[in-house]
Amino acid sequence: MATTEEIRAQLAELVNDVAGTPVEDVQLDKSFVDDLDVDSLAMVEIIVGCEEKFGVTIPDEESKNLKTVGDAVAYIEAHS
Amino acid sequence: MSAPIAAGVGAPYARLLSVASYVPSRVVDNAEMCTFIDSSDEWIQQRTGIAERRWVGEGETVETMALAAARTAVERAGIDPADIGAVIVSTVTYFHQTPSLAAKLAYELGTNGAAFDISAACAGFCYGLAQAESLVRSGAAKYAVVIGVEELSRFTDIHDRSTAFLFADGAGAAVVGPSETNGIGPVVWGSDGSQADAINQTSEWSEAMQGGTQPYIAMDGRAVFKWASGFIADATKKVLEVAQLSPEELDVFIPHQANNRITDAMLRHLKLPENVVVARTIKQFGNNSAASVPMAMDQLLSTGQAKSGQTALLIGFGAGLVYAGQVVTLP
Repeated sequence: MATTEEIRAQLAELVNDVAGTPVEDVQLDKSFVDDLDVDSLAMVEIIVGCEEKFGVTIPDEESKNLKTVGDAVAYIEAHS
Repeated sequence: MSAPIAAGVGAPYARLLSVASYVPSRVVDNAEMCTFIDSSDEWIQQRTGIAERRWVGEGETVETMALAAARTAVERAGIDPADIGAVIVSTVTYFHQTPSLAAKLAYELGTNGAAFDISAACAGFCYGLAQAESLVRSGAAKYAVVIGVEELSRFTDIHDRSTAFLFADGAGAAVVGPSETNGIGPVVWGSDGSQADAINQTSEWSEAMQGGTQPYIAMDGRAVFKWASGFIADATKKVLEVAQLSPEELDVFIPHQANNRITDAMLRHLKLPENVVVARTIKQFGNNSAASVPMAMDQLLSTGQAKSGQTALLIGFGAGLVYAGQVVTLP
């Protein structure tokens, strides 16, 4: 079972790959849209990437609630 | 015992002999687009990569565009039009239920070969190409002409902020013929009707006849983006696998010009070598649905960005949802 920090680090690489955000900026308290300059299309791609990387399913109605990096990490921890 | 029925005898392989396109005359840039919708050039370019799109001008129709592209393709192939055994047209914007556009075009091209229209939206050219390849190899047709044509400007709600800036017009055509070496790889194709609503027309034509407004294309952009950046990117990998090619053996990538962000997402997934030329004609042409792949192919060849004999991966995907892709040797 991956630790919170390991999931955050892998998610940071994904966000960096999709949106070009520096990995060190991708911290649990950061909002994807407001802090990390991730727009709606990039967010969809990050969701698809999370599904592949972490083997989770993230339905649309759930993904809309993933506002911060911490929200996403917590979802992955609970469902992987 | 059943009577012995002879089987058709076709060519050992098929290949693309030519490609051509027709780019409609009216340029609609983002500044003009923003007179129809509340948006900006920067927003449209950032979300789609589209700087301008082409719409039909005076005297241009689905029929004139398709015929112009197909005539040029037949000329470039250097074949006798009478030897064309099949004309396949893919379009969702020929607003004449019957007869088919293909039958009219076949006559105009100078053939009495088989002719039919198909409905496979933005995957239409690649669907038609798969059929043409099979027809040539089975002996059902010596040469087949595949045409993708759209007049989406008539089918787009220009005041819909989610679609108005995307859709455009144009035509592309290719001639497929016999070959001693293989020039068209196995098709990877399929459908997912559970997502039929993801890209759909807003109402039935019968409702429009009863005094409603005409149907337009509506799209759930989020659902389409998710499907394209995940499932379709995987399907694109399979296209290479079934052709038994490695990414290093590919020269050109021609995805349906749906949205540059979809192309970017696919590229991140595919990890193609940096020297692979990637079609980005959406910047000047917009999303031409069934016409986008052959228009992009013709544009890359005519500008020298791609060359005859190079290996190209084609993938079309759209309303259905449907998709089809194959590797080809460029004509």
